[in-house]
Amino acid sequence: MAEDTKTNIKNDRTAPSVTRFPNQNQTRNCWQNNLDFHCWEKAMNANGGDVSVCQWYQRVYKSLCPISWVSTWDDRWAEGTFPGKI
Amino acid sequence: MAYPSQLGFQDASSPIMEELLYFHDHALMIVFLISSLVLYVILAMLSTKLMHTNTMDAQVIETIWTILPAVILVLIALPSLRILYMMDEINNPTITVKTLGHQWYWSYEYTDYEDLMFDSYMIPSEELKPGDLRLLEVDNRVVLPMELTIRMLISSEDVLHSWAMPSLGLKTDAIPGRLNQATLSSTRPGLFYGQCSEICGSNHSFMPIILEMVPLKIFESWSSSMV
Repeated sequence: MAEDTKTNIKNDRTAPSVTRFPNQNQTRNCWQNNLDFHCWEKAMNANGGDVSVCQWYQRVYKSLCPISWVSTWDDRWAEGTFPGKI
Repeated sequence: MAYPSQLGFQDASSPIMEELLYFHDHALMIVFLISSLVLYVILAMLSTKLMHTNTMDAQVIETIWTILPAVILVLIALPSLRILYMMDEINNPTITVKTLGHQWYWSYEYTDYEDLMFDSYMIPSEELKPGDLRLLEVDNRVVLPMELTIRMLISSEDVLHSWAMPSLGLKTDAIPGRLNQATLSSTRPGLFYGQCSEICGSNHSFMPIILEMVPLKIFESWSSSMV
């Protein structure tokens, strides 16, 4: 890894356990963070805000979601056919 | 790891598996005690000519063999629930690793920092080197840091599979469209073997899993070399 893992671990670089999704099925956790990232990004772009604040959601969904799901969803976002309302 | 003519579980390499071993010893001891008591009573009944032909009731023994099984069940349930809740404790994992089942191999993704992903195919018997284990060796092992809490997210890209690691007490189904979480933590370094545990087609028996638990520094240099 490019950065020192100990520093990363200290900085909690992986998605934390959240009480909102306490159970074994983490599908919704991954999906929700993906949706939240795009929602924030859209809101920030619309209001001229700094998109880097959305980075948290992006980091979390990149940690949690399988790469194939992310690329399928990215295609859907690009087409405007993602089944989530933002 | 497993060995021929094995009777019990593999040695525990995670705290949960240690607890499961103790629980299994406890429950199995209860089973042996009850079975030997029943066997003794059967043999005793069969080996006597004495009879009691006018028994009307037997209040004391009826009470005992109603209350005692209930007590025994409580004594089994309490440690069982303790371990169940222990498995569900909130722990903050240090890294997240995804594993996806395919027909017929596993793929692994480490995406906390850079995108590292690779496939892990079984080494066919013809290509084994001397000392290798038949049907258990893979080309790319899952390298992980020991003694740290790791979040495993398990899913599938086609049919049902199951990601199992007996020495760590883990078995989690890989279901397409669903992301199942398991918490992994190894108490020691080494190689840990597992196999797919849900029938998934012709090569279901030929998609093993090998975890290579290493110190953190070695994990860091491995992941740098893989990216």
